[in-house]
Amino acid sequence: MCLAIPAKVLEIDYPFATVSLGGAKRKVRVDLLEEVKPGDYVLVHVGLAIQKVSEEEVREIERLWEELLRE
Amino acid sequence: MGGVVERIVQKIREESKEFEEVKIMHLCGTHEDTVSRYNIRSLLPENVKLLAGPGCPVCIIPDEDLQKVFHLLEKEDVILTTFGDMARVPFEGKSLFHYRAKGKDVRIVYSVFDALEIAKNESKNVVFFAIGFETTMPSTAVAVKEAPENFFIFSAHRFFVPAMEALMPNSEIDGYINPGHVSTIVGVVAYENLTKYGIPMVISGFEPEDVLLSILMLLKAIKNREPLLMNEYVRAVKYEGNVKAKEVMKEVFEAEDGSWRGLGVIPNSKASLSKAYEDRDAEKFFEDVFEDFVPKEDKRKRNCLCGEILKGKAFPTDCKLFMKACTPRDPIGSCMVSFEGTCNIWAKYGKSL
Repeated sequence: MCLAIPAKVLEIDYPFATVSLGGAKRKVRVDLLEEVKPGDYVLVHVGLAIQKVSEEEVREIERLWEELLRE
Repeated sequence: MGGVVERIVQKIREESKEFEEVKIMHLCGTHEDTVSRYNIRSLLPENVKLLAGPGCPVCIIPDEDLQKVFHLLEKEDVILTTFGDMARVPFEGKSLFHYRAKGKDVRIVYSVFDALEIAKNESKNVVFFAIGFETTMPSTAVAVKEAPENFFIFSAHRFFVPAMEALMPNSEIDGYINPGHVSTIVGVVAYENLTKYGIPMVISGFEPEDVLLSILMLLKAIKNREPLLMNEYVRAVKYEGNVKAKEVMKEVFEAEDGSWRGLGVIPNSKASLSKAYEDRDAEKFFEDVFEDFVPKEDKRKRNCLCGEILKGKAFPTDCKLFMKACTPRDPIGSCMVSFEGTCNIWAKYGKSL
């Protein structure tokens, strides 16, 4: 229920998008997010994209880990 | 990534040396899944206790809500739609699947949008039994705004942040791992008011490294009494959360006092449909049906510890019914039904203490 899965946006047909969820194609709503485009990564929860996840932010976590482990 | 876990665990061991005992509670069923799946408790030092809190939206729904939905199905010829694990929760040995087997039109959906599609293609009234915290509420809100005349919501949605506020005063917990995907919606900002209780919190992702790192961050914060609010899940949780989602939730729902399994009545924790959308509220539309509704107690659940497990006061293995009378195949309590229920997770991966 609380699980949200990262998915890659393939096509936009507003307010829907076709995303790739671990290889499976699904139609999800993207209208609660700003400016979603093909190639973006989104977190999908029960048919709704709830947040964009950028590659930059994925790298940010690695930086945070390094910082904490160095201290 | 291989060495990262070992390095974090080593740091946790160093940081925890000076504590007699530290109690950390996570607040999301999906965190318990990560903890049990990767046996994270076995990696922690003896004095660091990791407890499961009320983070399973199926588990915390009181029997009264479930009974009301059963009552509606018995009295009205509707198409009842809901998520799969909700349909398996028993009350007096019956579940929504039981009603389907008896010929009632109960349909399992992946999302509220599937239920909306059913309503658009059918002439009968369609009721969506809506459960979930702030993660799930925005999807229901979007669907309500587009609902055709024959689409209704039975809302068992609960706001999670008020439940945290109810837990925190006089708490024995030294630090909380906040729910990652609730936080995606509500943002870091939603917890700022809770820092007044002086208990450190960290918003955490769901990889084993995320959970371990969050524990390390908490240990440091508990030692120094600061910072009280941290965000480990920066790749998905923004300070302000999802503003559009919050707006649509605010438009469609209003907060009322709501009851939670194990926790009792929590002020402003139930999300009911707001005045503007009350014509989509199943409890209002079928008001006459509920006139003779009387809540009952399920005698089978007398020895069920689900309520205590949701408060972090008991582990599944403390329950007399666990894996004896109550199993994933034939559950008694909701904690054994849901994929996010601690009993179900422990049944799947084995005891993880």
